[in-house]
Amino acid sequence: MKITGAQMVIESLRQENTEVVFGYPGGAIMNVYDEIYKQDFFQHILTKHEQAAVHAADAYARSSGKVGVAIVTSGPGFTNAVTGLATAYTDSIPMVVISGQVPTAVIGTDAFQEIDAVGISRSCTKHNFLVNDIKELPRVLKIAFHIARSGRPGPVHIDLPKDVTAELGKFDYSIHYDLPTYKPTIKGNERQIKNALKHIAKAKKPLFYLGGGVVLSNCYNEIRELVHITKIPVVETLMARGVMASDDEYLFGMLGMHGEYAANMAMSQTDIIIALGARFDDRVTGRLDVFAKKAHVVHVDIDPASIAKIVKPNYPIVGDLAVVSKQLLEVAKEMEFNDYSSWHNTLKQYRKEQPLRFLENSDRLKPQWVIQRTGELLGDKALISTDVGQHQMWTAQFYPFSKPRQFMTSGGLGTMGVGLPFAMGVKRANPDKISINFSGDGSIMMNIQDLLTCSQYNLPIINIVLNNNYLGMVRQWQTRFYDDRLAETNLEYQANFQMLAESMGGVGFRVTTKEQFDKALDDAIKSNKPAIIEVIIDRREEVLPMVPNGHALDEMLLLGDK
Amino acid sequence: MENFKNFYNSEEKREVLSVIVVNRDSVLSRIVDLFSARGYNIDSLTVAPIPHSEYSRITIVTFGKARTIDQIIKQLNKLVPVKTVTEHKDVIEKDTVLIKIPIDQSLSDVDVLARAYNGAIANVTQNAIVVSATDEPTRIENFINIIQKYKPLEIVRSGVVAMER
Repeated sequence: MKITGAQMVIESLRQENTEVVFGYPGGAIMNVYDEIYKQDFFQHILTKHEQAAVHAADAYARSSGKVGVAIVTSGPGFTNAVTGLATAYTDSIPMVVISGQVPTAVIGTDAFQEIDAVGISRSCTKHNFLVNDIKELPRVLKIAFHIARSGRPGPVHIDLPKDVTAELGKFDYSIHYDLPTYKPTIKGNERQIKNALKHIAKAKKPLFYLGGGVVLSNCYNEIRELVHITKIPVVETLMARGVMASDDEYLFGMLGMHGEYAANMAMSQTDIIIALGARFDDRVTGRLDVFAKKAHVVHVDIDPASIAKIVKPNYPIVGDLAVVSKQLLEVAKEMEFNDYSSWHNTLKQYRKEQPLRFLENSDRLKPQWVIQRTGELLGDKALISTDVGQHQMWTAQFYPFSKPRQFMTSGGLGTMGVGLPFAMGVKRANPDKISINFSGDGSIMMNIQDLLTCSQYNLPIINIVLNNNYLGMVRQWQTRFYDDRLAETNLEYQANFQMLAESMGGVGFRVTTKEQFDKALDDAIKSNKPAIIEVIIDRREEVLPMVPNGHALDEMLLLGDK
Repeated sequence: MENFKNFYNSEEKREVLSVIVVNRDSVLSRIVDLFSARGYNIDSLTVAPIPHSEYSRITIVTFGKARTIDQIIKQLNKLVPVKTVTEHKDVIEKDTVLIKIPIDQSLSDVDVLARAYNGAIANVTQNAIVVSATDEPTRIENFINIIQKYKPLEIVRSGVVAMER
């Protein structure tokens, strides 16, 4: 039996057990939407903007581990989706995004709503396809999902001309397509693993450096066990928050530009870095030529291109951490490791000297208190999204994460405006959890329109807007490095967030005291509606510690430093 | 990291890469985009289908530090339609050049010169002669320098093709 291209799209989503699609219809994708209308096995969530649709699909994937799906139309529908693709690409999030395209007969004629979509998405997707023959479509749909979730995951974009969605063709999703040019390495080299562990066992100051790859590989249990067997201290990147429970005695927090003092000192003094699913990002290493100068490096990554891109390891191990973590564990269990307790004590001492902290020295609330307090009240009942800026770093520093996939944030691309649609996607994937978005007064306005979507689809997310009437992170740099010339960062002119929330079917709160915050959070949860809790915070509060651009990791500005 | 000084600070070197790719999904633009997006150099690029297969061979001449070359190879391998990337060590390289010279120049001089570079006069019209030569890229370079004396009207190079010995 032959079916249309549009029906093939629906069929493949059925075979992939897709339960929700985020999207926005338009001319070129109408045949697909006609089939969406006729089916009832997945929910379609109509956002107010394509960017929000893709971010929501992204966070659905981040929080659930499944492949997120978004559908948009050609031209502007697609270009609005690009920021979403790029955000997912830099954080290696598995997603399939399908866009409509003008009919094949008019491609290249500057037709209405035509844009070279695959030309644009090439550099911000793991792979992309322009399907101009119905015979190709079944194969493309099948391998798109395979490519998105295998190897180093990432978004895959399929561009579908309108005539192809109307044409008839044979469809058999059970066919296995061999991809001779795409074979990710899964298992780590055993000899290399043994050699690395032998070196680690004899080292004096080894350090686990965990990245987002640990989260993507779902291997945190193995990693926790490995840490506890070896008793080696750990630091996490922004993307790895939650891999170790925040109260684990071996965890010394997040490292990097706004990392904890002890974490950055650990990285500066270690004699062997054990990098697992991390990529030595510039926000992590600080000044590279003096980074971890005396350290040997073990680097496990599924992407060979991540290895020796920034730092050349002595023990490169290519493989999927889901497998390599088990290999490491197996060998480690048979080995004797040095006693690292004096190194562990050194780091404890650093933490004691310079703990993460803030001063309650203002009559306004401190943003760190708000985050800490939310953590005290909700703990692991809440899944946390953020936007990008100061509030993002404070959240990474002060929320007590206990599990991976509890923290959704745009780490690589740093996309302002992701927070609200992230929280929406998280809530859709985890209806029993409380979905919180910590945001700022700058970021929240970038996708505020989709609060209405949350109301419409009964997705009660809670946006905690830490309002300092500034683009705070840029303001902090202007104060520190540009003699406080606040070029276009003063956000004095603002919406009434309470009325804004109410006008979109939600509830709004304006909070200036601790008591008000506790009550607002409680009321917001009980309301079961999308909420905005605007918290008026100390305008000039800074994110500290801070490694200024171009400085070594151990050259931190600390609380009280001018 | 001290051990890897060479890797980080080596001199730029020339590298000939053979990239075997599947003939689909706009693979050539993926490769060219990769070079421009990551700031790698392309000195020369040739592409042609491999007979009796679904693959094409792309020969790229590039240059960079050891670290850059390492990344180029890994990033190329990461592209979904790329099958293999070979870094050539001991290789035969050939480059072809076509040069158009005004007819009033000395035909016999040009002919002798072309022969010296494994070439010949390929075509003669009322206004111009065209010589072609195929040789190692550095020799083709020399040939082009020397032929300047005869006021060439146009020079077309093919780019390098390479094969392991």
